[in-house]
Amino acid sequence: MTAPLLKVEGLKTWFDTPRGMVKSVDGVDLELRRGEILGLVGESGSGKSVTGFSLIGLVDAPGRVVEGRIEFNGEDLRTASPARLRSLRGDRIAMIFQDPMMTLNPVLRIGTQMIETVRAHRNVSRAEARAKAVEALGKVGIPRPAERIDAYPHEFSGGMRQRVAIAIALLHEPDLIIADEPTTALDVTIQSQILAEVQKLAAEMGLGLIWISHDLGVVAALAQRVAVMYAGRIVERGTIDEVLDTPRHPYTAGLIGSTPMANVRGQPLRQIPGTAPPPLGRPEGCPFRPRCAFATDICRTEPQETLAGGHGWRCFHPLQDAAEVRA
Amino acid sequence: MTVFIFRRLIQAVIVLLVTSVIVFLGVYAIGDPLEILLPGDATAAERAQVAASLNLDAPLPLQYVTFLTSALTGDFGNSFVFNRPALTVIFERLPATLELTITALVLSLVIGLPLGLWAGTRPGTLVDESVMTGSILGFSLPNFWQGMMLVMIFSVWLGWLPSTGRGETGTILGIRTSFATWDGITHLILPATNLALAQIALVIRLTRTGVQETMPLDFVKFARARGLSERRILFVHVFKTILIPIVTVIGVEFGSLIAFAVVTETIFAWPGVGKLIIDSINALDRPVVVAYILVIVAMFIVINFLVDVLYSLLDPRIRGRA
Repeated sequence: MTAPLLKVEGLKTWFDTPRGMVKSVDGVDLELRRGEILGLVGESGSGKSVTGFSLIGLVDAPGRVVEGRIEFNGEDLRTASPARLRSLRGDRIAMIFQDPMMTLNPVLRIGTQMIETVRAHRNVSRAEARAKAVEALGKVGIPRPAERIDAYPHEFSGGMRQRVAIAIALLHEPDLIIADEPTTALDVTIQSQILAEVQKLAAEMGLGLIWISHDLGVVAALAQRVAVMYAGRIVERGTIDEVLDTPRHPYTAGLIGSTPMANVRGQPLRQIPGTAPPPLGRPEGCPFRPRCAFATDICRTEPQETLAGGHGWRCFHPLQDAAEVRA
Repeated sequence: MTVFIFRRLIQAVIVLLVTSVIVFLGVYAIGDPLEILLPGDATAAERAQVAASLNLDAPLPLQYVTFLTSALTGDFGNSFVFNRPALTVIFERLPATLELTITALVLSLVIGLPLGLWAGTRPGTLVDESVMTGSILGFSLPNFWQGMMLVMIFSVWLGWLPSTGRGETGTILGIRTSFATWDGITHLILPATNLALAQIALVIRLTRTGVQETMPLDFVKFARARGLSERRILFVHVFKTILIPIVTVIGVEFGSLIAFAVVTETIFAWPGVGKLIIDSINALDRPVVVAYILVIVAMFIVINFLVDVLYSLLDPRIRGRA
């Protein structure tokens, strides 16, 4: 087993708001090996995007990483200087955002935006940077890249813009890409094209990829391992097969049960009862307790992670086998 | 682009025509020039004779056509006061006003943009609060009062700068300007500052708001995620975005600078068109008033046209539609 590319331990990112401390990320552990795709799944507000931004030091004020260790290629990123983090961003660690309509500056040519990204990290001439950008655009399937590089973002469709964003992320062949719901804003056919493209490129370049999504189906198709996030914590993690076939946490089981594939045609879709707790009113102990059918008094205390090989979960009443999920 | 320019030219002609009708009627309605031109004891025959010689007895539409045809050749008639062509009188004075307004505009950008960027990147800090409070003073204190205070402080108490007149001018590249001599520059500082204060405040607020609205946008965060320096993000990505509203407002405000120049020119006895138009209105000097208004309208049209062109250069999204 190779040393992990990224190792996150006890990450806490809190937002000091006038109404109280919002603990968006409250003790997250992650591990990612080179060439591996990790799906980070959770519903809106579970803290999955904040986790992504915390890794590269881009949490917006008043948010702050208050605790934890982020180790990347053996380097501690939490104690790294802002200048060091900046030099890693876009070079060793790249990010792809959710909405391709918003991530590129509308008043600058995409060539300008790509060339400046190259030159922020490498001391090369404009011509060399441009050649590199054209090559990256070609790699992600933009037709006539040498011409299209001089176009403005509004001259591309949403899917094409996301390809441009991916091309920018790939410019320096990073070790790690953090993709924050990159296909959520796209329609389904484009989504599957982009997924196939990303999977191919990730395998080719052997990069680590964290794919943040609320869509378990997408993650199942793409990732080798998955971490399920709920109310700022990872409630279950393991390989795709372990987590999807034998979910131990009732929340994971609920997520799987509520995907359209798992439902019987003609029956109303199954859902998890209740809603996710508001970030300022999270219950003590297990945050899923109010929505959980198995909750008992012991759930008022904080559940610790149980590990069985690579499969881990935080629950006092883990489900035993697949039969129980369907019950 | 050619279609765009052609369409704007036609619009300009229509605007000028409509303005000429309004101005002609408006000026026609204020007083009778014969009262000024003739002595009080003139006989009815003398009045009729002068009226006929000035074509004032013709029907109104006919008078307008006569006015328009000669205006098209640049002839707005002689000023009653100076007894020289009205247009010549205006063009003699216009450079002084343009020099004043352009200096004020440059001041407002040179001072306003950096302060706005500075305050905008530090929301809620002492810097932000002080700049903002200062800018409130800038445009809530009356322009004429600011002017008098400037004279009071810098001319009367400190004695650093002259308070009236344009001073010595020299020629640079064939243009007579105050910038050619030190005396001219010292005379320019106070009136230009007076005219610029409100504009500085406006530019500061526009820039600050723009920066604060642009900073949280995704493309700024993405630029950070790409590892760009904060300098490049602020001065290229954010600045180019906020320049669009700033150019629009500056274009409109340049017109109002020329209008406000009337007040400033009066306080500092600056020999520009602002002072000329006030004197001409008082003296019922019709040809000068009419020519002045049409010249100003033409300038507005040119400024707006330039703003539109700049706009399409700055924002690629409207280039296709223009």
